[in-house]
Amino acid sequence: MLTHLRPAITLTLGFTLLTGLAYPLAITGAAQALFPAQANGSLIESDGTVIGSALIAQSFTQAGYLHPRPSASGYGATPSGASNLGPTNAALIASVAERRAAYTAENGADAPIDAVTASASGLDPDISAENAAAQATRIATARNADPAAVQALIAKHTTAPLLGLYGEPVVNVLQTNLALDAAYPLPK
Amino acid sequence: MTLVSYVLYFATLTALGLGLAVWMQRVFEARIPALAAIDRVVLRSAGVDPDRQMNWTAYAMAVLVFNLAGFVLLYALLRLQGYLPLNPDGIGAMSPDLAFNTAISFVTNTNWQAYSGEAQLSYLSQMAGLTVQNFVSAASGMAVGVAVIRGFTGAKDSGLGNFWADMTRATLWILLPLSILLALFLAQQGVPQTLMGAVHSTGVEGAQQIIPRGPAAAQIAIKQLGTNGGGFFGVNSAHPFENPTVASDLAQCLSILLIPVAFCFLFGAMARDRRQGWAIFATMGILLLAGLAVVHFYEVAGNPSLGLGANMEGKEARFGAMLSSLWAASTTAASNGSVNAMHDSFMPLSGMVLMVFMQIGEVVFGGVGSGLYGMLLYCIIAVFLAGLMVGRTPEYLGRKIEAREVTLAVVAFLSMPVGILVVGALAVTMPSAVAAIQDPGPHGFSEVLYAYSSATGNNGSAFGGFGAGLPWHTTAIGLVMILGRYAMIVPLLAIAGSLSRKTRAGATAGTFPTHGPLFVTLLILTVLILGALTFFPVLALGPIAEETARAAGQSF
Repeated sequence: MLTHLRPAITLTLGFTLLTGLAYPLAITGAAQALFPAQANGSLIESDGTVIGSALIAQSFTQAGYLHPRPSASGYGATPSGASNLGPTNAALIASVAERRAAYTAENGADAPIDAVTASASGLDPDISAENAAAQATRIATARNADPAAVQALIAKHTTAPLLGLYGEPVVNVLQTNLALDAAYPLPK
Repeated sequence: MTLVSYVLYFATLTALGLGLAVWMQRVFEARIPALAAIDRVVLRSAGVDPDRQMNWTAYAMAVLVFNLAGFVLLYALLRLQGYLPLNPDGIGAMSPDLAFNTAISFVTNTNWQAYSGEAQLSYLSQMAGLTVQNFVSAASGMAVGVAVIRGFTGAKDSGLGNFWADMTRATLWILLPLSILLALFLAQQGVPQTLMGAVHSTGVEGAQQIIPRGPAAAQIAIKQLGTNGGGFFGVNSAHPFENPTVASDLAQCLSILLIPVAFCFLFGAMARDRRQGWAIFATMGILLLAGLAVVHFYEVAGNPSLGLGANMEGKEARFGAMLSSLWAASTTAASNGSVNAMHDSFMPLSGMVLMVFMQIGEVVFGGVGSGLYGMLLYCIIAVFLAGLMVGRTPEYLGRKIEAREVTLAVVAFLSMPVGILVVGALAVTMPSAVAAIQDPGPHGFSEVLYAYSSATGNNGSAFGGFGAGLPWHTTAIGLVMILGRYAMIVPLLAIAGSLSRKTRAGATAGTFPTHGPLFVTLLILTVLILGALTFFPVLALGPIAEETARAAGQSF
């Protein structure tokens, strides 16, 4: 045991310096130099103040905006969280039915599944393309805009599956809402 | 289209694994003079002669002492983080039981998370504590894996190698370069890598939000490559900061399986009989695809109680059901444990497949190094069963498998049922432990079963509704993580030591070949009969009961 003590302690400390300090600090330096926007959290600023991150969902409830997916953590990021409710949990089934009714009342359309289920992170920045399209009429009405033009703007902000094979077509809620504000300002 | 996606993914994985195995063999056999020279300097400074062979007891002792040193340092760091630098968000000390659980968890390559990173860890703890163990616990597993391969395949009395040299080489020349590449790619995709603290933002509609950040990309790279799985943020790779895009998802998913796949081919190369490696790869591959098919089917079909469409509760829109299924099967088959969707909300039989992958001992690719030595355990039992059937002394790779090896294999195998069934049974009978259950009905039982399967298998993923922070569980789970790791490592090294002292005989007409479809079939059956049947009764009480109730339209 004692013969192993010296290498155990020396290598533990050595690797702490190498992999615990040098490695993350070097990656920090490189990432800050190469990709500063992403490395600092893909933050979006308006008039010098941070209004959010392109990658983190925030609450939208006004009729003129795309609404994000339900969040078990109330769009709070510290800590992030999911419902973790099991598939046979009556509370889950009831809250999904409730969200479905609210969605239909609000949009006059049937709710796609992602609009009524809570995301894994509680911070899902995206909604399905189908979900975004179903909200277009409501948004156009609130902004006195042409529904077809709003649909076109949403389509422009849709990310297609990678190589046409991996992932689902999704729309980033915050970025699309900012584009909506720029193109069709909300009536005061 | 789905089929094309999967075929392309697994073809890429296999090609990368084949390439990496060639590199790994050169590294572990010190065949690259420039790298070997650097190793020598590092090891000399630690008082180690890298050419000095260890017998199995010395090798096992070195692993244990090294992991103990890592545990002590990490525990101290977690308890003292409040007084140390690199703590911009002013996070205080972890409680003793949680620090014990966390330190064990990272030293044993489990990365079970009873804490939430953004709320309970300083940047120093994340970097100098967790990231370091992400590297060296993985390197420890890889070193043991290579030592076991040497015992099985090397010449008589050629030794198991030198733990310090193997561990150092795995870290410096395999894990570190791959991590640098992956970390930079992830940072480019949008994973934060900064020492600045959380950002306070005021949203478009005026909602206040605190956006946590940190040096995440560097840690996430090694968490995947080293089959560690402990996330920088609480929701792990479902967090848009840990896994922002489909490209980052695929890169991480490939990284989870990469080194375990390469280990199959490394085994074949070191045995100087590549067919042996392909046989193990085929066995693991068939089991993975079979499990993945079940998960994919149920997740894409969805939950009729929630409405039409895939089962999107606890999943991210950008990944959808397919990439969430692929990840879930990969992360539980390999003992990674990171998640990009919440397993607790998966359909009952999908959840069961994930549990079975862990309960059979993390041998479907498994952890780096540990997956291969775990499968070699089943190989010993498979040739023993074949030997019983034909009435000959069993042999594997030309060496006789005798009572000592089979006994040790059974001892190692028993660690799984002891950790899951015995300690798990205690956990569902103690009132102070039952409080951790979130869901009513059979799903609640599954939460406990999943937790103890994950901890004993050193996986680290969870049914997240389970209240892992209760002191009863932080302690019991800490103990079964130790059991699951070292009650495998020590007997496996003993088997390797025992085999390495035997003469390697050539194959004769009576030798049962261990590379053809017949052996692959026998090995799959051994895994399923021994592994899965041990846990069938307990699975019947959890996921199977839940599925039966669900099919009858019942909820809880």
